[in-house]
Amino acid sequence: MSDIQIVEAPAGLEGSGFFATKLDQAVGLARSHSLWPLPFATSCCGIEFMATMGSHYDLSRFGAERLSFSPRQADLLMVMGTISKKMGPVLRQVYLQMAEPRWVMAVGACASSGGIFDTYSVLQGIDEVIPVDVYVPGCPPRPEAIIDGFMAIQKLVQTETLRRREEPKYQALLAKYGIQ
Amino acid sequence: MGKIAKEELLQKLSEKFPGQVTETGADFGLLTVETNKEVITDVLSFLKTDAALQFIFLTDLTAIHYPEQEKPIGVIYHLHSLTTNTRIRIKVFLTLDDLHIPTASTIWDGANWMERETYDFFGVIFDGHPDLRRILNVDDMTVFPMRKEFPLEDPNRIDKKDYFFGR
Repeated sequence: MSDIQIVEAPAGLEGSGFFATKLDQAVGLARSHSLWPLPFATSCCGIEFMATMGSHYDLSRFGAERLSFSPRQADLLMVMGTISKKMGPVLRQVYLQMAEPRWVMAVGACASSGGIFDTYSVLQGIDEVIPVDVYVPGCPPRPEAIIDGFMAIQKLVQTETLRRREEPKYQALLAKYGIQ
Repeated sequence: MGKIAKEELLQKLSEKFPGQVTETGADFGLLTVETNKEVITDVLSFLKTDAALQFIFLTDLTAIHYPEQEKPIGVIYHLHSLTTNTRIRIKVFLTLDDLHIPTASTIWDGANWMERETYDFFGVIFDGHPDLRRILNVDDMTVFPMRKEFPLEDPNRIDKKDYFFGR
């Protein structure tokens, strides 16, 4: 027996020569194992993310081989580090330039809540300007924590319905942030 | 050109500006003088252009806030004479209702950004500055965060309490 692990097939109807499942799940399966992160790294958490990308922790195992340093084709915005109020509009612009479906992960205390920087110049959590899917705690989080957050994102991606982004609830969420 | 003794420096300043320049200290041999905003431009020009002194380098220009003082905001100039390796510190104190002081950017171009920063954080208005706007903070900020009266963002929030962080 080889020890190669492959992803389990989604729940479905199996028979000889055919396999029937929901399109949602098939698409979610493909999406979740080919996420393209857009690293928005501003400080120490970004260094931790570099370790996550390195050979030891190897984020590429999850299909996140291509880091997109442009919003084009990126699915997952990973915000790592302190976001100052002056950086807020820039972050928002990057988010707006990403195409749907898109997910956001706030890595570390600063991106999640402003961290120790309770000051006049720091945004107290990026969820003041863009919607966030997963928060990774830690200051800085270990690479394992970042991978854990990434896997949480994968779960979200797998279980997301194809129509979610057209739902009024989602539109209302975006409207709350002033995004059309 | 050796280092200028601080007594000599103070004497020169007192002769040139009688009664307008007072010594307030000399920590670590750094002469500190206080003057007023009426003569500050002349004092700086004199220090820069005087043949014997030649304080040609503006090391720093910043401000300080002492809320308990009658004149709470002090504008502080650090000058360095590169030819004699002498330093001097000049302070001008201002009242909160009249935070105007003549710009030093007419004497040193380097004062431009320093004055913008001082305006940004302390609200000191430098008259005659070519482009006095915020330089580090967001443009739509209405407060001057380095003043002691600046409140913390929100005293009622609890999400930053120590027990959330294992401290």
